[in-house]
Formats: sequence, C-alpha cells, structure tokens
Amino acid sequence: MEVFLHYLKSFTLWELFKGLSLTGRRFIDKKVTIQYPEEKTPQSPRFRGLHALRRYPNGEERCIACKLCEAVCPALAITIESEVRDDGTRRTSKYEIDLTKCIFCGFCEESCPVDSIVETRHFEYHGEKRGDLLMTKEKLLANAERFEEQIAADRESESRYR
Amino acid sequence: MSPIAFLEGLLSWMPESILTITIIVIKILAIMLPLMAAVAYTTLVERKVIGYMQLRIGPNRVGPKGLLQPIADALKLMCKEFIIPTGSSRFLFLLAPVLALGPALAAWAVIPFGSEMVLADINAGLLYVLALTSLGVYGIIIAGWASNSKYAFLGAMRSAAQIVSYEIAMGFSLVGVLVAAGSLNLGDIIEAQRGSLGILNWFWLPLLPLFFIYFISGVAETNRAPFDVSEGESEIVAGFHVEYAGMAFALFFLAEYANMILISALTAVLFMGGWLSPVSWVPDGIHWFFAKTGFFLFLFLWFRATFPRYRYDQIMRLGWKIFLPITIVWVMVVAAMVVWKIPPWFSS
Repeated sequence: MEVFLHYLKSFTLWELFKGLSLTGRRFIDKKVTIQYPEEKTPQSPRFRGLHALRRYPNGEERCIACKLCEAVCPALAITIESEVRDDGTRRTSKYEIDLTKCIFCGFCEESCPVDSIVETRHFEYHGEKRGDLLMTKEKLLANAERFEEQIAADRESESRYR
Repeated sequence: MSPIAFLEGLLSWMPESILTITIIVIKILAIMLPLMAAVAYTTLVERKVIGYMQLRIGPNRVGPKGLLQPIADALKLMCKEFIIPTGSSRFLFLLAPVLALGPALAAWAVIPFGSEMVLADINAGLLYVLALTSLGVYGIIIAGWASNSKYAFLGAMRSAAQIVSYEIAMGFSLVGVLVAAGSLNLGDIIEAQRGSLGILNWFWLPLLPLFFIYFISGVAETNRAPFDVSEGESEIVAGFHVEYAGMAFALFFLAEYANMILISALTAVLFMGGWLSPVSWVPDGIHWFFAKTGFFLFLFLWFRATFPRYRYDQIMRLGWKIFLPITIVWVMVVAAMVVWKIPPWFSS
C-alpha cells in the first residue's frame, strides 16, 4: 500500500503541484517591497544613527569629560582629551568619533551620565573622503543643534524605560 | 485581401525571381523582429514574475513600470568590452554564440502561426524542428571547450550529457504525436486535432504522459531551472558561458530565451492545437497560438521560481530510467488507440 501511494504521488507529480500552488499563491499576494527613497520603514525612538554631542538649554556643553564612553566603546572609535577650564570645571578639548570604526552599538549613549553623547535617528549621510567620517567635536555639537528637538522628544518618550 | 497578396501587388514591378526572394525576406523579418522583441521582454517578464512570486515587485525604475529595462540591459551589454581569453581557441570561441542562436531562430521557419501563416510549409516539419533543437547543444559544447576554463568545460560536459539524454525522451514523445496525427507536417498535426469537442479533441488528453514528458524534456533541453546544471551559478559560476562578455554573452541569453519561446510554441502546436480555438463557438486564430505559447512560457518562469536545481545524477536517472520507459509504453498505447480507432480522437 505504501509503495503504491509512493508511486501514485510520483506519477501524479503531487509534490511538484503543491510547490507550484505555493508560488502561485504568492504571485497574487500583496507585495512587501518598500520603495526606499519614496517610502520608508517606521523608525524606533531608540534608533541608533549619527552621533550628536548635546548642550544644556542654557548653552553649556553637557559633556564633563568623564571618558566613560571612551572606555566602554568596543570598537575604540572614541578619542577624548580633556583640560580644566578657567572657571575650574573639567571639559573636553577634543572629542572625536571615528565613524569608520563605530559599530553603532549605542554603548556610549548608555554609559553617558549626563545624556551628552547620543545617537540620533539620522542615518542618511555619507562621506566623500575618509576625513568626512571622522566626527570632530564641532561636527558633533552641530549635529546636536540640528536634531535637538527630535533628540529631546525621543529621550522624553523613552524616559520611563531608562 | 491578405497582407502577402497586398505586398505582391505593391512590389509587382520587380522581376519574378527577385520578387519571390523579397517576399520571403519580408516574411522572415516579420517573424524575426517580433521574436527578438519577445525575447527581450521575456527577460523583463521573467524578473517580474519571479519577483512577484518572492513577494517583491521586480524592476520598475527604468521607464514607466520598468518597461525600458530590457533596452537598458541591451545597451549596457553592447557598450561592454568583448574579451577573448588568451588560452581560448579564437575561432571556435566566436563561433559558439552564433551556433547557439542560429538553430533557435531557424526552427521558427516551420511553426504555423495560423491556418495559412507559415513560412515554410514542409512535410518533414517535425523532423526539421527536432534536428534544429538538438543542434543548439553544439553551441554550448563549443563554448565550453573553446573557453579553456574548467568551469566552462564542466558546464559544457554536463549540458552535453543532459541534452543528449533528454533528446531521446523528447524524440519518443514526438513519435507519439506523429503516430496520432499520421503526419510530420506541423499544419497537418494541428488539423488532426480539430474536432467538435474543442479542447478535449487536442492531443494533450490522449497523449497526456507524452505531453508532460515533452514539456519537462523541453525545460531540460533549454537548460532552464530545475535542469540548469550546465549554468549552475551556485556551483560552477555560470557554466559554459563564464568566459563570455558583452554581446557574445548576450547572444547566449538570446538563444536561451528564443529556445524557451520555441519549446513553448512547439508544445502549443503539438499538444494544444496551435491556432485552434478551445471551444467550438469561438473562431480559431493566431491569438490562440499566442495565448497558448504565452501560457507555456509562463510555466517556464513559474518552474524557475519554484523548483530547486536537480542533482546531476538525478537528472540522468529521470531521463533514462523514468521518461524513456514511460514514453515507449505510451507510444504503444497510442498506436493501439489509433489502430482500434478509439473515439473521439482517432475515430476517423
């Protein structure tokens, strides 16, 4: 009986027709393609994109050069040099993230005690020379200025989980 | 007034001998140009259909809905450098794509598009088609041999063994058609399928096993998935045409798609009644031929989107141990049906 069924299945091409019916159904199903420049996938408020170095509302830099981010960075992408400012506070004199090394793990953001270094939702950027992807302190501060509204809103909406 | 008679009237100032040749050349062009366009757009349809079956939408950026994609592809290939490998046999290397494409186009001479629409109404049409479709393998073997590359050579060897094996099953299927129709002329074969029952009178029903085997062998003949071991891009890169670039590469693709369309058209003619209408109250016509050919062409793409590639020894087993015995048995069954005049197919 089993042998008979086996031959019946083989000669009626049963499994081939089953396969064809599957692809046939997919043929008329709704397509899942997202046409990127015109359409975009939804983004999480925790999206990890381009970095930014934030300021307090009064204009003071948040970063206190504790170097926790430099220590935690698994890709060794962050370089920090610090000095004591005239008013006695410690600030960074150099804060650089090499985006060619960065793996966008978000550890720097997690480790920061003052919410200074953050990753924004911005991801559509490019560099034409290698230096373009070396984010200096000026560039990072400029990023924060550019995206501050979105950054603040995302921190606010996620505050109860942090 | 038929278009041919109109042309003859238009060109009647020519001497008789030149007129005949001119008419033939115009007929050839009338077949070749739409065929080339069909080949180009089959590539687009293939990418679209396979995309749709994978829940994608396929190419849609070049021109409206991606309709200019084949033209862009052709332009790209024409602009590419044509490389002849140092170790290759130059003459054979250049000859191979021509040998692959030539038979695929020449076989169209005997395909009847409509009741009077056939370029060469010869009595050995079926034999001619069988001869030309088997000739295509020489292009592949020579391409693999002349490239002087191990992948190309492997692809060619696989292809040669595969095509020779399936040629036999295919030939026996055609013997079944020949016995059933009593003629080698493709027009007569279609006429033999005419009957009051329409679609039930066609040969696919009494010759059902041969019909399946013919089409599957056709897929194997054209080296299409799931029988694409000669190309086998995941095993031997691109197989026999790995060393080709630019237009020579494009010729192999033209040959492959022209062969696909040819096999589809032949299946439509031999088993599905060609230009006959499936029901008696709708008139016959060339559109039925195109619809049937299009259906089989779609099956080619459907197969490619569905089935994984056969292993080499499985292909050999299928061809020799399964298809060949079935066809031989069924040829005898068909012969018996013809002798005892089994209605409704063989009653006359």
